[in-house]
Amino acid sequence: MVTIYIDGKPYQVDAGQNLLHICLSMGINLPYFCWHPAMGSVGACRQCAVKQFRDENDTRGRLVMACMTPAVEGLRISVQDPQAVEFRASIIEWLMENHPHDCPVCDEGGECHLQDMTVMTGHTYRHYRWKKRTFRNQNLGPFINHEMNRCIQCYRCVRFYRGFAGGRDFDAFSNHNTVYFGRKTDGVLESEFSGNLVEVCPTGVFTDKTFRKHYTRKWDLQTAPSVCVNCSLGCNTTPGERYGQLRRIRNRYNFNVNGYFLCDRGRYGYEFVNSDRRIRQARLRRNREAAFESVAPDEGLQRIKEIVKKSGRTIGIGSPRASLESNFALRTLVGPEHFFSGATVKDHELVTEAIKILRDIPSSMASLHEVETSDAALVLGEDVNNVAPMAAYALRQSVRCKPQAISQKLKISDWDDTAAREAVQDQKGPLYLATIADTRLDDMATRTFHASPQEIARLGFAVAHQISPTAPQPENLDSAALELSKMIAQDLKDAESPVVVSGCSLEEKSILYAAANVVQALRSIGKPARLFLTLPESNSLGLELLEPGSLNQAFAIAREDNVEAAIILENDLYRRSNPALLEAFFKSIPSVIVLDSLDNPTAQKADVLLPAATFAESDGTLVNNESRAQRYFQVFVPQDDIKESWVWLRAIGDALGQEEPGARKTFDGLIADMVKELPFLAPVQEISPASGFRIAGAKIPRQPHRYSGRTSMHANVSVHEPQPPQDPDSPLSFSMEGFLAEPPIEQPPASLIPEFWAPGWNSIQSLNKFQEEVSGPLIGGDPGKRIILPPDPEQAAYFDEIPEPFASRAGELLLAPLYAIYGSEELSIHTPGEAQLTPPLRLEINPRDAQQFNLTGETVLQVSVDSQVFELPLHISASIPEGTAGMICGLPEMPYVALPAWGKVTPKPVNSSTENPG
Amino acid sequence: MNQLATKYKDEISRIMAKYPPEYRRSAVMPLLYLAQREMGYLTDEAMQEIAEITEMGVTEVASIVGFYTLFHDQPGGKYRMQVCTDLPCALRGADRFLEELCQNLGIQPGETTPDGLLQIEEVKCLAACHRAPMYQVQSPEGLTFYEHQTVESALEVIAGLRASEQGKGGQA
Ligand code: SF4
Ligand code: SF4
Ligand code: FES
Ligand code: FES
Repeated sequence: MVTIYIDGKPYQVDAGQNLLHICLSMGINLPYFCWHPAMGSVGACRQCAVKQFRDENDTRGRLVMACMTPAVEGLRISVQDPQAVEFRASIIEWLMENHPHDCPVCDEGGECHLQDMTVMTGHTYRHYRWKKRTFRNQNLGPFINHEMNRCIQCYRCVRFYRGFAGGRDFDAFSNHNTVYFGRKTDGVLESEFSGNLVEVCPTGVFTDKTFRKHYTRKWDLQTAPSVCVNCSLGCNTTPGERYGQLRRIRNRYNFNVNGYFLCDRGRYGYEFVNSDRRIRQARLRRNREAAFESVAPDEGLQRIKEIVKKSGRTIGIGSPRASLESNFALRTLVGPEHFFSGATVKDHELVTEAIKILRDIPSSMASLHEVETSDAALVLGEDVNNVAPMAAYALRQSVRCKPQAISQKLKISDWDDTAAREAVQDQKGPLYLATIADTRLDDMATRTFHASPQEIARLGFAVAHQISPTAPQPENLDSAALELSKMIAQDLKDAESPVVVSGCSLEEKSILYAAANVVQALRSIGKPARLFLTLPESNSLGLELLEPGSLNQAFAIAREDNVEAAIILENDLYRRSNPALLEAFFKSIPSVIVLDSLDNPTAQKADVLLPAATFAESDGTLVNNESRAQRYFQVFVPQDDIKESWVWLRAIGDALGQEEPGARKTFDGLIADMVKELPFLAPVQEISPASGFRIAGAKIPRQPHRYSGRTSMHANVSVHEPQPPQDPDSPLSFSMEGFLAEPPIEQPPASLIPEFWAPGWNSIQSLNKFQEEVSGPLIGGDPGKRIILPPDPEQAAYFDEIPEPFASRAGELLLAPLYAIYGSEELSIHTPGEAQLTPPLRLEINPRDAQQFNLTGETVLQVSVDSQVFELPLHISASIPEGTAGMICGLPEMPYVALPAWGKVTPKPVNSSTENPG
Repeated sequence: MNQLATKYKDEISRIMAKYPPEYRRSAVMPLLYLAQREMGYLTDEAMQEIAEITEMGVTEVASIVGFYTLFHDQPGGKYRMQVCTDLPCALRGADRFLEELCQNLGIQPGETTPDGLLQIEEVKCLAACHRAPMYQVQSPEGLTFYEHQTVESALEVIAGLRASEQGKGGQA
C-alpha cells in the first residue's frame, strides 16, 4: 500500500497498480477506451490522460496516461486539472471525427461506452465538417452484426479475439485512416467466444445479431439475475425481455465463475424460449391412439387427480436441466423411494461418483477463476471447448501465468499488456491435453495425447504414480505414455497451483478416478492442487444430490411393480435411453404425465402434458460443476397457461389433498422444506435473501427507471393501465417502481441486482461501480455458494480401479463420444443460428482403420451398436486413435446410444433398405 | 497450389534458412516481397501459400499486407507514384500538387492511367517532410525518391518512365 494524492486528496492504494484502475476503483470517473478491466492497458487511445506533478510545489505538471502510470508512494495527480480536461475532450473529438452521427438509430445506443465517455468529457460540438470515411461491412455469421463505420480504433476487439480468445480468423487490416477490424473475407467467426466482441467493443461496430432480429431499446428491457442453462459451468447472465419475448442475453459478472465473458452457446442459446415448439397449453388425450386436445389447466389437474388417485403407485423422473426446487418438489410428491434420476444411466453413475470424489478427497474444487489463475494444468478426457466452453477460455489464460515470472523479473506490471506479452513472446506455461481427438485448445498445449478413454485414464494413473509412488501404477504402459507421464508429473510438481481438469464426457469412471489420484498425489507432497470436473448438464449435480434411483431402476419398477403413473419432469427421455427400452417403459405405464417447455418425443408420449416455464420464466437454483448453488429469477411472467414446474407440482399435490407442510405453498417454504429434509443443502437458503426482503420498505424493480411505455404498452388490449403482476416468490418486482439503486453508495445484494447500471454509465462498464475494486469481487460478495466443502485434509485412499490396456478388436471399433458446441446440447439448438452451425452426422475414423476396413472417402457406413443400426457418413480423421471411432453425440437426428461401446462398421450395402435414424 | 514453392524453391529455402525453424513466421516479409515481385501484387493464392510456408494464418498474412503501403493486394499500374500528403507535406502544398497532377493526368488519386503504366496513390509520411512536395515511385526495380517537386517536374518524370517503357517495348 502506498499513499497517492488525487486532486489534493490522499488515497491508500495498491503499489504498482495503474492509476486508471485505481481511479475507477475509488469511484472517480475517468474516461477510457483501449483499457479493459480484463485485458489490461496498452496506452493506445490517450483518453485517460491526467496531470502528474513532481511534488506539492510543482504547479505545471505534465500529462500522463493514467492507464500506463503505476502508483508509487507520494505520487500526485489531478484528474480535474483544466488542461487534462481539455485534452480529454479533444481526444474524444478526434476519435469521433469519422464516427457517424447515428446514435438515435444505432443498435448500441443507450448502452454505449462511447456515448457515456463523450458525455463524461463534456465534448458536445464537433468542428470536423468534411466527408467521413466509410467501409464495407462483413457478414460475420448468425451471431454478430458488423458496422465498421462506428469504429474508433481502440483495438480492443482484436486484442480480445486473438490475444485472449485465441481466434485466428480476425485481425486489424490496413493502416492510418482506414484501419479495418474484421475477417479477411466474409464468413462465420470461428471462435466460440466471438459474442464477447459485442461487449468488448466500446461502440456499435459489433452488435448482437439475434437481438437485432427482435430489437428493443436497451432501457425498455425487463431483466433479472440469471444463470446459463447450456452447460454445467453455470455462468451468470442477464437475460432481457419485452412483450413476453426473450430478446437477448448479456454477460453478468461473477468474480468466481465467468468474470467478464460468456461463450457463444450460452449467449445465443436463449431463443428456445421463444420457439414455435413451446408447449403453451395443458393437453390431454383420452387414450394412446387419440389426438391431443388442449384443455384448461384445471381440467388437466382434474385428470391427474383421477389418474393418481386410483394409482397404486406413481413414480417421478427428475431432470438434470430442471431446478433443484422442481426436482425436490417432484421427489416430495412421489416420495424419495419413487424418485428417479432423469439422467442417462451412465451420467447418473458418473455424477454420483463425482459427488463422492468431491466429498471424500481433501482437495478443493477449482472455480473457473481458479482454473484461469493456475500455473499448470492437466486435462484428462474433456474436450472443453465443446463441453464446457468457458473452461477452455480459462485454460487459455492459465498458460500465461507461469511465464509472467519473465515479465515480472523485468519489472513489467501484469496489467501492462503489450509489454508483458512482448517480454514473454511465445512462451507458455504447462498445459497437457489428453483427449480422444484434436481440440481447439491444442494450439496452447505443451503436449497432446490422443487415445481411447481407457488409455487416457491409464495415463492419469501413471502421472499420479510418478508424483507419489504410493499411488497405484498401471501395468504395461507403453513407453511413450510413460515418458509423457513423467514429463507431466514434473511440471505439475513444479507448479505453485496446479489444476486437473476432467469430467464425465467420455463416460468413463476410471478417468475420474485417475484425475482424483493425480490431485491426491500432488496434495500428498504439499501442492495445493485443485480438481475441476465438468458435468453433463446445468443441474446434473443438483439432481444427483437428491439421491434419486437410476433410470434403469425406474424401468424395472415399471415392469415389475404395477406402477400406475409416471410424472416426467422437464426431460426428453429419448435423449437418455435406448428407444426400445423406452417404448417398453411407456407401454408398461398406464398414465404418463409430462411437464416440459418444448415439444419433444417424450411429450408426445404423454397422457397429460403440462406447459412448464423455462429458466427465463422461473425462479430456481442450479448447482454447477463445482457444487456452487446459484439462484436465477423470473425475468418475466410466463404467458398462456405456462407455469413453473414446482408450481404445477404443488398444484398436483393440492389436488391430491396431500398432507403438506403449509409452508410449501411458497418458494421460500419449498426451500425450507428441502433444507430440513436434506440439511447439507443449507447453503441454498443463504444464496439470496428470502422473498420478504425489502430495502427501505421497497422491492427491487426489474424494469429500469427509464423503461418506456408502461401506461401504453398494452393499450391495444385495454386502455386502462394493468396492475403489474405480483411476485410472491422473490424480493424483485415486475415494475419500474421500488428501490432505486445508487451504486456504490446503496445497492441491493449482488444476487438481486437485475442489471448493472449506474448514472453516467449505461454500458456494461458500469460494473466498475459494483465491484470492491476493478476486476475484483462484487460489493458484498459474489452470489452463489458451494454446497460441497472440502473434507478435513486427511489422506483418503487412492483409487485403484485401473483399466486394462486398450486392445483393438477385429472387425469392430470402439465408438467414443465426441461433442459439438452447437448440436450436442439439447436446448440451444432451438436457436436458428446455433442450429445452422451444427455439424452433420458422421462417424470419424482413423485413416489406417479406414484402409483396413476398406472404407474410402465418400462411403456411407452402417454402424451396429447396442442393438441399433445407424447409417452415418464416413469422415476420415487422422487424430482419431486407431481402433476407435468418434461419433458426435446429442445431435437431434441421432437416437441415444450409450457410448463408449464396441460397434461393427461396414460400408452400407448397395440398395440397402435400412432407414436413416430420426 | 505451391506455385511459389515450386518456382522459387531455392530462393525460398535461402530465405527460410535465415530464421530458426520455430520462428518460420519471421520470414513473412521477404516472402511477401518475393511474391509481389513475381506478380506485381499479392494474390489471395500467394497469401495462402505464404501462410502455409510460415505456418501463420492467412488472416495474419493479409493483415500484414494491409499494414504496409508498399504491399498491394490489388493489381495496379506498373509504376506506383506515392505522393505524401501527411500534415507537414500538406503545409508545403502537397495536396494542391496532387490535385493538379491528377488533373493533368486525367485520373483520380488511387487510379491508374488507361495504359496501365502509372498509378497515383496518397501515402503517409515518407520522412522527407522538409522537401515537400515529394513522392516515391515504386516499380519492379525498386523505389526512387523525388523531392522538391512541381507538377511540371513530375510530368517530366512520368514522361521519362513512359519513354523508357517504350524503349523496352521497342527492343523486345
Ligand atoms: S471495432 Fe470496436 S473494439 Fe474494435 S477497434 Fe473499433 S471501436 Fe475498438
Ligand atoms: S460456458 Fe457453459 S455456462 Fe458458460 S456461457 Fe457457455 S454454455 Fe453457458
Ligand atoms: S485508456 Fe489509457 S490510453 Fe486508452
Ligand atoms: S509528411 Fe510528407 S514526408 Fe513527412
